[in-house]
Amino acid sequence: MVDSNLVLNGQTIAYTLYAIVIILLMAWFSYNITRPGKAGVLSNRLFAILVIFLAVLGVSLHIATSMTIPWVPIDLNRGDITPDKTFEITVADHQFHFPEEKMVARVGEIVLFDVKSEDLTYGFGIFRTDKSMVCQMQVVPGHRNDLMWRFEKPGLYTVRSTEYSGPKGHQMIVKDVLEITE
Amino acid sequence: MSFIDTFLNGEQRLFKPNSLTPMQKLALRFVVVGVLYYGLSAIEGMIMRIYEIQPIPGWDSEHFFAIMTAHPFVGIFGSSYSIVFGAFLFLVPFLMKKPLWSIKLGNWSFILITFGTLTFWLTGFINHYAPLYTLYWPLPADFSQFNPLGGAIFILGIALVMVGTLFFVFNIFKTIAYTPEGWEKVPAKAMLASATGFSWKESIFRRKSKRRDNLVSLPVAAIARGSVDTFLNAIIITFTGVLILVYMVAALLGYDLRESAIDALLYKNWFWWGLDLIADGLVLIFVAGTWYLLAMLITGKDLYMARIARLALWVEMIVSWTVWSHHLLADQAQPVVLKIVSGEFVTAFELITQGLAFFITLITLWSARPLKMTNELKFLLGGLLGFGLAVPAGIIQADIGLNRILHNTQWIIGPHVHVAILIGLVMTLYSAIYFLLPILTNGAKLYSQKLANFHFWAHLIGGIGMGAFMGMAGLKGMLRRTIYYEGEFNLYMILAGICGALLILAFLAFLYNIIMTLGVNGLIGIFMPSKLKTKALLPEEE
Repeated sequence: MVDSNLVLNGQTIAYTLYAIVIILLMAWFSYNITRPGKAGVLSNRLFAILVIFLAVLGVSLHIATSMTIPWVPIDLNRGDITPDKTFEITVADHQFHFPEEKMVARVGEIVLFDVKSEDLTYGFGIFRTDKSMVCQMQVVPGHRNDLMWRFEKPGLYTVRSTEYSGPKGHQMIVKDVLEITE
Repeated sequence: MSFIDTFLNGEQRLFKPNSLTPMQKLALRFVVVGVLYYGLSAIEGMIMRIYEIQPIPGWDSEHFFAIMTAHPFVGIFGSSYSIVFGAFLFLVPFLMKKPLWSIKLGNWSFILITFGTLTFWLTGFINHYAPLYTLYWPLPADFSQFNPLGGAIFILGIALVMVGTLFFVFNIFKTIAYTPEGWEKVPAKAMLASATGFSWKESIFRRKSKRRDNLVSLPVAAIARGSVDTFLNAIIITFTGVLILVYMVAALLGYDLRESAIDALLYKNWFWWGLDLIADGLVLIFVAGTWYLLAMLITGKDLYMARIARLALWVEMIVSWTVWSHHLLADQAQPVVLKIVSGEFVTAFELITQGLAFFITLITLWSARPLKMTNELKFLLGGLLGFGLAVPAGIIQADIGLNRILHNTQWIIGPHVHVAILIGLVMTLYSAIYFLLPILTNGAKLYSQKLANFHFWAHLIGGIGMGAFMGMAGLKGMLRRTIYYEGEFNLYMILAGICGALLILAFLAFLYNIIMTLGVNGLIGIFMPSKLKTKALLPEEE
């Protein structure tokens, strides 16, 4: 499975290019709107093409990502997939309680994190040692919160809450609690 | 004129508050208070920017999160609502050429929103009640972290704002539908149907030759449709406030109500449905309507594709009722069908509706070139750019795949939320303020164009820059609603802080320019009762 960092890099490049184009377009427009010249309007046909373009753009993004981001089918079909490893985790009073002191899995294994909250709404995020995020989900009390993931790179990973649960919540960090081996 | 004279009496003593009608005073009061609350919100934002670089000694994390809770409420209700309501309470009668239904009710809206904001801000400051605007159940009722008395006063403040908001909505719809004394009977139902868009079949499917004219103008229709969402949002927030209040009062009386009696996920759906009526509803509709109005006023021309624009506003209203699930893409218990249909595809409609508003406004402006680069035009272009940047950023995160690695990071709050609000919304509001300034003040002259230019560039660069650096930090894994103590993302946070400082300087330049334009005496005069006993919008010419 493609590492989530690669997807983030792709998104960064795509959005940066878009931002540069829209800023340049507005700069060009702002400069030329004050200059004498032909003051035309778009034809109905061009306008219709513009509307269709916006519709296709909006919808195609989701179709493209569902076909190219590998964790989407795993996430949507997780009920039908048997995980190689399952870690049942509980959260209560702003503390994570893990099944083992260190959760260990191998590269390429499908891992299920089944997290239960006993009081508040929390988050469950897995982070690399450079602080970048691998993935996350919400942890809602009274419901099943299950995140299925396949790790592509060995190393130590940190778990921290990714949702605000009051002032105590930002300290919910457990360093190197997950180890992915070759 | 000496500096002191200008400071006290305004540029060339042109502004005379005694010449203002009650309607002008009402609109100006809203705008002045809204601008001051924007300043408060900006200072809060800057404190948080500094805190994200290095926690401020003597300020504990509880204070930080109390600021984080008050910040969006002050910005949205205290500032944006005030400016928007003041402008629209003036513009609806102005565009319909009839008096506001009730100036008294308008003044009550002003009083309730002003003091409601002050109430929840003060209790946040003193009691540190901080469940954030997310209010994820049962966090608001977690009294091991929060003082229930502080929470109850906080809810009271929000409730005051909501009552003021409901008064505004009622006043707007009554103004559209009522018949002023001595007028020919106004067809109230038809006016409301035209305003809210429920007569859209008339204008779309009828043959051109048989088509009837719309009874209300496009900007009034935008205000009405945004007001529908404003009403629904106020109902949701009020109900939510009452629910939380019940738990708080019970706690104060010594009873511990079962927190699990309310399903957390259902509550989350309920709350986001209501909250999105602001973020993806009234803001987008009000902004699109304001763009159209400003484009028509600046160019003196009809709006390009006005019929499509009117339909798009109606579609946006319907879309705003069905998009909330994009906030729950990271909730594994949320039904997949809601994630895909509401969270992804209906949300993508906003690219179409807002994209149409963007292009229709640009094409209308282009049709009148060459235009003079006035303050209202340059801020309008800034507002368009803001949404041009922020809406696609939002569409990206409203994706099941990308949300897994973006949710609750600084990406959400930077390139999407802050660029949409600071650049998209606030620059549109500044455009309206610069446009309305001479109308509302009976011809006051702006003190300094150089300061207005600085205001524009510092705000534009500061806002986009801050959003961009927050977004870069988010892509590197920095979460929102948290504190980092080891300087993990300091490069981005320092750069975002510098841009935040630029935003503060922009605001100070604007504030100074307005004070020197109207004078301190003029600003005080705005809050004194009008000596003119008239319902007319503007004073009669002598």
